[in-house]
Amino acid sequence: MLKQITAVTLINLKSIPQRFWLSLSTVVAVALVVMVLLSFLAMSAGFRRTLASSGADDVAIALRAGARAELNSVIARDQVRLLEDAPGVARDAQGRPLASAELYLVVDGIKRTTGTKANLPLRGIGEAGAAIRKGIRLVEGRMFAPGSNEVVVGKSLLREFQGFELGQTVKFGTGRWTVVGVFEADGSVFESEIWADLPVVQSLFNRPNTFQILRARLTGPEALAQLKAYNDGDPRLKLDVKSEQEYFSEQSSQTSDLIQKLGWPLAIAMAFGALAGALNTMYSSVASRSVEIATLRAIGFGGFPAFVGTLVESLLLAGVGGVIGAVATWLIFDGFSAATLGASFTQIVFSFRLTPALIGQGVALALIVGLIGGLLPAIRAARMPIVQGLQG
Amino acid sequence: MSDMPLVRLAGVSKGFVKGRDAIAIFERLDLAIPEGDFVAVMGPSGSGKSTLLNLLGGIDRPDAGEVHVAGSRIDTLSEGQLSQWRAANIGFVFQFYNLMPMLSAAQNVELPLLLTRLGKAERRRHVETALAIVNLADRAKHYPREMSGGQQQRVAIARAIVSDPKLLLCDEPTGDLDRTSADEILGMLKVLNRDLGKTIVMVTHDPAAARFARRTLHLDKGHFEEKELAA
Repeated sequence: MLKQITAVTLINLKSIPQRFWLSLSTVVAVALVVMVLLSFLAMSAGFRRTLASSGADDVAIALRAGARAELNSVIARDQVRLLEDAPGVARDAQGRPLASAELYLVVDGIKRTTGTKANLPLRGIGEAGAAIRKGIRLVEGRMFAPGSNEVVVGKSLLREFQGFELGQTVKFGTGRWTVVGVFEADGSVFESEIWADLPVVQSLFNRPNTFQILRARLTGPEALAQLKAYNDGDPRLKLDVKSEQEYFSEQSSQTSDLIQKLGWPLAIAMAFGALAGALNTMYSSVASRSVEIATLRAIGFGGFPAFVGTLVESLLLAGVGGVIGAVATWLIFDGFSAATLGASFTQIVFSFRLTPALIGQGVALALIVGLIGGLLPAIRAARMPIVQGLQG
Repeated sequence: MSDMPLVRLAGVSKGFVKGRDAIAIFERLDLAIPEGDFVAVMGPSGSGKSTLLNLLGGIDRPDAGEVHVAGSRIDTLSEGQLSQWRAANIGFVFQFYNLMPMLSAAQNVELPLLLTRLGKAERRRHVETALAIVNLADRAKHYPREMSGGQQQRVAIARAIVSDPKLLLCDEPTGDLDRTSADEILGMLKVLNRDLGKTIVMVTHDPAAARFARRTLHLDKGHFEEKELAA
């Protein structure tokens, strides 16, 4: 049986050049489906990775109870003081708490690609703000000086938005600010931010004694429970305390889920189009080979090898389309930089990320198209009456 | 030539439906062809010559009656059983050769052997022998498009005999050939019958082709009429 299947499959595959353009159209249609799907999935994975890499499990954040993002959170100074002294918060060599109360504001920026306005996050951070976060490195210039109108900007923000080059002066609100440094943060969401000295931001934006988030390094991941218990037990606090990792995971899931929910239906709708193409190609293939199939059956070949041969041809065409789609997506989109609105209504710059698992999903979809597209023609090939087939 | 019939039809009826009408091709047809015979079947278009050949080859089924070929009653076999039976007992030669255009002559001839348990070396030996019988040993690697009609039909004959079947069924084997090539093919069939003992049933319109057979059966209006015995 295996010899029969191999022979029939080989005959089918060798006859593809006779149906070159029709076969090519199926390959291209499937490739496009896979490209659309993978570009959405790569976008979602890239966005998720950017936010996921932003969070540490040994850094706690506190927001106003019920606030889902920094923008709609407010924390009072006395609450900041209470949390800084809470158990579980790490301290530096001088015994000062490794905590940073921060103010998060939205300012305008201009996208390099489109020249349009976009919301950018300006973060006022405390002295320990940079040290608490993991992977922060200045790659150009220096850190802003306390008490000055100076900012440092993330590398991704500099890449996507104009006017933030080192030494440039930018206008936020009523004040003018000088860019004195550029930092990177392992590709995390912080690379999409502008940082300045907290008291200066509070003053120039008229937000004295107001904070939106407190970020504190813990003595270890297990200290989070201790801090939560402390927060829950003090009626003056009643904040939402969670790990930074948990916070960013929540933030990423909303947007990346939305991207996936757009991507899959679009890809599936296109897959139906490709399926019609595959069906047409394979029915044409069976029709154009009807004499060959019938001759083989007359010689003594069974219907099953004809079935398998047709199915293999369909799977091969779709598989080639899938691989071409995956390679094209990888060449075009892997590492492609984009920016979108995050949960705080500010731009988050992220890179498309095409993982082997995503490529697997794309090729699997292609093979499903090939399988369904080849199934009915394969059944026709196997059941075709020999006499009818010999008549062509 | 043996007296034992290799082919026996008993009360075979076959028809088709056209619109609301059932049209009979033949009714209660009887036929016996002994092993080693070479029979030409002639008759007007629509008389059922090709249908008869299809019934003998197990690629069509009668509406009624029994079809016995090579010791098996084939009208009751399943599709799978028929495939195996055809592989073992029947060699087909078609009017338009029906070669696989993407396979070489040797690969075309090898096809029936893929249904056997023969190893690669044995298959190659059988293919060489079959191609030598049809005088095409030197064209083994040529593709159908590189050969004339006569040569392609010789490859088709090699394919039909390579697994040493008892019965060759030839449907207008010279219908697409010029006279010289046709005579060459018919001479070859005659040799296969005379020297290798192959039983041959050949459908033809051509009286000159029929003269190569041992006898000719005329099929008309559902009945056979034996017209002539060849020398």
